[in-house]
Amino acid sequence: MSDFLSELGAFLADPDAWLGGAGLLVRTRDHVLLSLFAIGVAALIALPPAVWLGHRRRGGVVVGALVNVGRAIPSFGILALMLPISLALGLGIGFWPTFVALVALAMPPIFTNTYTGVVEVDPAVTEAARGMGMTGRQLVRRTELPLAMPVIWTALRVSAVQVVATATLGAVVGWGGLGRYVIDGFAQGNDVYVFIGGVSVALLAIATDLAFSFGERFVLPKGTHHRDRGELTSSAAV
Amino acid sequence: MIFAQTQPFIRWDWIVDHLDEIWERTVEHSVLTGFAVVIGLVVSTALSMIALRFRRTYGPITWTAGILYTIPSIALFAFLVPFTGLSLLTAEIGLVSYTLLILIRNIVAGIDGVPAAVIESARGMGYTDRRLFWRVQVPLALPVIVAGVRIAAVTVVGLVTVTSLIGQGGYGAFILRGLRRTFATEILVGTVMSVVFAVLIDLVLLWLQRRLAPWQRRQARAS
Repeated sequence: MSDFLSELGAFLADPDAWLGGAGLLVRTRDHVLLSLFAIGVAALIALPPAVWLGHRRRGGVVVGALVNVGRAIPSFGILALMLPISLALGLGIGFWPTFVALVALAMPPIFTNTYTGVVEVDPAVTEAARGMGMTGRQLVRRTELPLAMPVIWTALRVSAVQVVATATLGAVVGWGGLGRYVIDGFAQGNDVYVFIGGVSVALLAIATDLAFSFGERFVLPKGTHHRDRGELTSSAAV
Repeated sequence: MIFAQTQPFIRWDWIVDHLDEIWERTVEHSVLTGFAVVIGLVVSTALSMIALRFRRTYGPITWTAGILYTIPSIALFAFLVPFTGLSLLTAEIGLVSYTLLILIRNIVAGIDGVPAAVIESARGMGYTDRRLFWRVQVPLALPVIVAGVRIAAVTVVGLVTVTSLIGQGGYGAFILRGLRRTFATEILVGTVMSVVFAVLIDLVLLWLQRRLAPWQRRQARAS
């Protein structure tokens, strides 16, 4: 135990462990950039059809099924599956299998929660908006989207935390990031690496959650309410 | 290498050859999941009773459970390993900590959802606090609580696969081994079996949830 603590101290006192080419700072940066990129792409793909279906109030059955299946799918399995697929397509190990898995896993919660947020806009409000002469497009942009924004934002937050978590597992398919410490640590029986990896990933996940909570006040339209994460229709732990 | 490329994506013969191991892993997966959900339920019930009795503790309790829920499972396993090793205990601590937020929320919401009139009449009939809790509030809250157990169980089934990285794993063992050998069939078996298992557990609990609230069905039929 005291061995572990002194080794941990030695690691933390080594400037190379922080600033080196494969140090904590570089790995944190990679981890954050890949997660942001994956969330961005997932949102670009998932948001438009979700808003459109919610606006037309169609596809409830599909969304319901997605919620259940989404929760049951193990992210580790999806990530692992991407490796042979990526190799077969000649995309190699590392970035591509990790990136594609992250996007695939982030899409269902963004899609289902956005859909729910739009569908749950009070019909009396949309009636009134139509009565005022809004066209379908105006209705979406000026009424339904702003009112659904709190749910959409929470969906992005939950997906972002999930992506940061799953990106850790990217180390098993050859990607870098903070997961390297954990996976290499397991492989080498190096408890210090494992511990450093665990703590840094945990802190990054909590920081992501806090960043989205903080961003809320800038993103949410005035008068809409923040929704607690417990009210989300779908989210999966990783 | 040339032969590897002509190999089909799914090798059914491998699956047929490994039915025994699939069964063993199913048992392992059930045990890991079962322990986590049952222990999670016991801990959550205790914490919920504290939160219900002393309302001011509800915030801090769910806040702490929320932090545990936010920490990625692999990270939680990672910083437990120096203390508890690559063991079943490490896996279960991680898995249980994931169930807490979901279960506590549903237990408290379920108990809070019991109509005040029902509690009034039970009190009028002379129920003590303890009897009121176990005989009236808990039975009436059971459908909501079981709904929470469903979410927790399905979540845990997926997370169990990650415990293969700390030497446990159930179906996750197939995923990890398939990954090391880049053998798609084995990864697929692990992933698909985990999904099937989660769906089955969800269906069983859904059936239980319906049985525990026969009055909801009766109401539905009457209306």
